[in-house]
Amino acid sequence: MTKLLQTIVDGLGVGSTYALLALGISLIFGVMHLVNFAHGELITVGAYTSYFFFLHGGSWWWMPFVIIASAMLASVATELVAFRWVRNSSPFTLLLTSFALERLSHALWQIFVSPKQRAFPKPSWVFNQFKIAGVSFEVMDVVTIAVTAATLVLTAVIFKRTLFGISVRGAAEDFDAARLMGVRANRVISGAFAFAGFLAGVAACLILMRSPAAEPSMGSDWLLKAVIAAVIGGLGSFTGAVVGGLVLGLLETLTRAYLPDLADGWDKFSTAVVFVLIALFFVVRPDGIFKVSHAERV
Amino acid sequence: MLEVDQITTRYGAITALHAASLEVRAGELVALVGPNGAGKTTLLNTVAGLLRPATGNVRFDGNDITGAEPASLVRAGLALVPEHRRIFKDLTVEENLRLGGSTATKLDRLARLDEAAELFPVLRSKWTTSAGFLSGGEAQQLAVARALMSNPRLLLLDEPTLGLAPTMVDVVFDLLERLREQGRTMLVVEQNATRVLHLADRGYLLRTGNVVATGTGAELADNSALFDSFIGPESHGGDA
Repeated sequence: MTKLLQTIVDGLGVGSTYALLALGISLIFGVMHLVNFAHGELITVGAYTSYFFFLHGGSWWWMPFVIIASAMLASVATELVAFRWVRNSSPFTLLLTSFALERLSHALWQIFVSPKQRAFPKPSWVFNQFKIAGVSFEVMDVVTIAVTAATLVLTAVIFKRTLFGISVRGAAEDFDAARLMGVRANRVISGAFAFAGFLAGVAACLILMRSPAAEPSMGSDWLLKAVIAAVIGGLGSFTGAVVGGLVLGLLETLTRAYLPDLADGWDKFSTAVVFVLIALFFVVRPDGIFKVSHAERV
Repeated sequence: MLEVDQITTRYGAITALHAASLEVRAGELVALVGPNGAGKTTLLNTVAGLLRPATGNVRFDGNDITGAEPASLVRAGLALVPEHRRIFKDLTVEENLRLGGSTATKLDRLARLDEAAELFPVLRSKWTTSAGFLSGGEAQQLAVARALMSNPRLLLLDEPTLGLAPTMVDVVFDLLERLREQGRTMLVVEQNATRVLHLADRGYLLRTGNVVATGTGAELADNSALFDSFIGPESHGGDA
């Protein structure tokens, strides 16, 4: 029972990070029909920004703001520099553009910083534990879940209550109809990229507090998981992205904890098992948990 | 108020409009009628900025608005109720209306929300319902209410009665009449050709991308020879 509880908290911790990233991917897919494979690079940008700030006396007290700001700026910049020019092209062109950006990002960090990992200090309390009723929890897991919950509530309020949020949701459903309401295409897309950047920035903070190091290709693993989470939830569905992220996180930790220990290194198969489960899920429900009727599949 | 001067609009190799011209003066209700595929929707979409004409000019209040962004046109005072309504089904009725008033100041937007609730009682009772759950008639009223949220000086309506039950068709025609009494300038594309022409100050008959006849609404509606040759006798009855 104790193990199960700990595993679930663990899974929710990882899953909520996936959820934040998947939400950003779903958001951009909604307004542009782009599956942004460069989205994970925002974590890398946050990591190198932290690294440089820590070289010059950075502190975790204000680092989260710097990380979030850098991810938002980078996200808006990718739209301005790359995606804006191919906005009306086919989804395939958009996809290739995002791949190109991802690879370019890897190469730039390798050339201008280093192909090797660059570490910086972690907050002192990250791996502290505390006990409730005999069950021990990691502080960081609880922080992760709480920060994600707060971020998701903020996101829900923005998308439900503000004109910006309603414009983005309207544009995600029918872009031309939103333009007919006076919604400016450039502004709503830039806003969506900024918000996706904000979400990725929050995710980056949570990731970097746990493993404070920058590496050129560190964003790609997270990106793959986030895309899978978004697709499990139903690409384009905001609720789906969150549910998909949590489901994926739980699946991963549960399989890792409960797969039979048949041989050394057997736990490495847990990822494969997760993928098989996902594949089976898509056989049953090809559109994901929350089907989005207006989302055009890429 | 609106002058469409010799516009030609193409979809790839297909020319949907051939040097079509029309004019809408302030306070008028102008009907645009014609058989399917005549280019009526293309004309409205070109005026509203969704399509860019290959040649020709569109002027609004004397300003050249050819190829302008729809968002700027809304701010200039022009709103389109698009074909098939295109309401936001995932948004609530209120959110649809707020988005329609996105160009207004917050104060104006709130005031117009009240006006919309008054003008469309059927929407008031469904304020927080997802628009996807509305019936065809309710959805059409929402589409018009949404366009009115920007308080347009010129309202373009594309097939506002398409797919509606006969009683709802009456409701929409009543609405058009009320808007006209309020002095709202309108350009209406409508399948119920006779009925809309009787309501209209003037009309244009469009066929295969060309304006083939123009006159007062009554002149066009009562000219059965013209009707039969260009639209077909089936549109005569009104609700056909």
